[in-house]
Amino acid sequence: MSYTVTTQTSASRVAAIAGAIGIVVLIALPFFAGRGTIQDMFFILTMLVLAQFWNLLAGYGGLVSIGQQAFVGMGAYAMFGVVILMGFDPVPSILLGGVAALIVAVPTAFFAFRLNGAYFAIGTWVIAEVVRLLVAQWKTLGGGTGTSLPRDATRDMWFVELIQDMLGVRSAAARDILAYWLALILALATIGGIYWLLRTRRGLALAAVRDNTEAAKSVGVDAGRMKWIVFLTSAFGTGLAGALIYMQKARISPDAAFSVTDWTAYVIFIVVIGGIGTIEGPILGVLVFFALQSLLADFGSWYLMTLGVLAIVIMLVAPRGLWGLVSERTGLHLFPIRRTLSGGKLTSSED
Amino acid sequence: MSILSLQSVSKSFGALTVTDDASFDVPQGQALGIIGPNGAGKSTLFNLITGNLRSDAGSIHFEGRDVTRVSAMERCLTGIGRSFQIPQPFEKLTVYENLLVAATHGRNLSERAVRDDCADVLERTELLRRANTPAGQLSLLERKRLELARAMATQPKLLLLDEIAGGLTEGECQALIRTIKDIHAQGVTIIWIEHVLHALTSVVERLLVLDFGKVIGLGEPDEIMASREVQEIYLGIEV
Repeated sequence: MSYTVTTQTSASRVAAIAGAIGIVVLIALPFFAGRGTIQDMFFILTMLVLAQFWNLLAGYGGLVSIGQQAFVGMGAYAMFGVVILMGFDPVPSILLGGVAALIVAVPTAFFAFRLNGAYFAIGTWVIAEVVRLLVAQWKTLGGGTGTSLPRDATRDMWFVELIQDMLGVRSAAARDILAYWLALILALATIGGIYWLLRTRRGLALAAVRDNTEAAKSVGVDAGRMKWIVFLTSAFGTGLAGALIYMQKARISPDAAFSVTDWTAYVIFIVVIGGIGTIEGPILGVLVFFALQSLLADFGSWYLMTLGVLAIVIMLVAPRGLWGLVSERTGLHLFPIRRTLSGGKLTSSED
Repeated sequence: MSILSLQSVSKSFGALTVTDDASFDVPQGQALGIIGPNGAGKSTLFNLITGNLRSDAGSIHFEGRDVTRVSAMERCLTGIGRSFQIPQPFEKLTVYENLLVAATHGRNLSERAVRDDCADVLERTELLRRANTPAGQLSLLERKRLELARAMATQPKLLLLDEIAGGLTEGECQALIRTIKDIHAQGVTIIWIEHVLHALTSVVERLLVLDFGKVIGLGEPDEIMASREVQEIYLGIEV
């Protein structure tokens, strides 16, 4: 009998079916949910995308960046730039936002990869601040005070009229629904793409580099290339998310778009409390984060302090996050990547 | 023909010279043992051969090709495999996945293409029943076997073993020797650093003695072990 390798478990098959149903519900959501719900879901989905990419960087690639706001801001500003200066439609301009973030990521990586650990983290933050200061000099896009998307650009945006007719809603609500659907596509593509990557031999290499870089090099893994792949992929995805977030906001300023609190600190919180190094972790984390924000939003700085204390408690009690607790107790993996060898002599020796 | 050739290789860490003008050849298919007191520079010599460290001077040729400036990753692809003195498993991956990383990247093949070969290596290194266990949960013997198995999964022409028998019981050691002899019998060239001398001399055909980074002896095991320098320097016996 020959050997076989499986990654699926019965739990993951059930999860796949439940996931498919969930996706159908999410796609159909604008047909029965109000505008407030759609805006909340947009927030959850875009934060989820940012969290998944930060998790890819830090949890799988071992690259703890605190400068992801550079790519959010760059993606958003590039999108505003081509809309305002060149008259592009905002929807396809989101892609250009991702490309702009990718371009900024190349020199960023060139400098930051010379640093390790905490130095890398601080280095990425410094670079993000430099990018923010440079963008604030861009007078045509409002300099330090920022600017808004032109009214005709948002009104005539692709698909908006179609959504208005289809759902019988006003233009502003249709724009939110469009942004929501785009966020849903981005989130699904992100999770699907990362899951695919982890199941290829590149994913194995990533895990090997994370566990032991020297040993990985000694078995033929190109550790340097893995770091580049992960960093550039994360920058591109983060840039797309940034452009999409600011397409929905339709107003931008350097301080908001390059905010370390909004686009990196919250994102790290989501990944850490959810469970770093898993795809499930950020999904659980973003739901907890949203619930906390809804509950505590009226308490001002007490809200931030509560988040901080909670993050510390979870790091002490459950270093692998809430999902770590769940999967430890139940053995559950919704996105299994472990290759299980069976058959051959393994079957006969187990008898 | 020699598969590996070192000419005047030197390496210093600051003022400390850890490899001092080392020159030697390893013929294809031979098993060479390296002995020397602690701190003699044995592991550093390995790191220079595998590319985990770069030499300051001299040259290293593998199969006639100059690999002195070639990275560890590329040296693995050309056929140099190694085990680490302190086992360095990919802890969160299973034993089988540890081998998959090595086989898919070291041989540049797909997961499917290397599946049976990996299972075969696991069987030969007596790790098959642990295939689906995370490497972080293995015992010392199993970790040492995994070091060997992972290196074998890259199908090396030259295998470097760094104190792979240290810390094992006599029975475990005998089992490991059988596995290494089996690998050697298939034509793999072996360089083995070991303090467990009876294990080493039961496999190797030649011994190299290193002290203060210098090669101070190279020859037949009996001859080397009987030589005055080895008795004095390595075994610390006043003759």
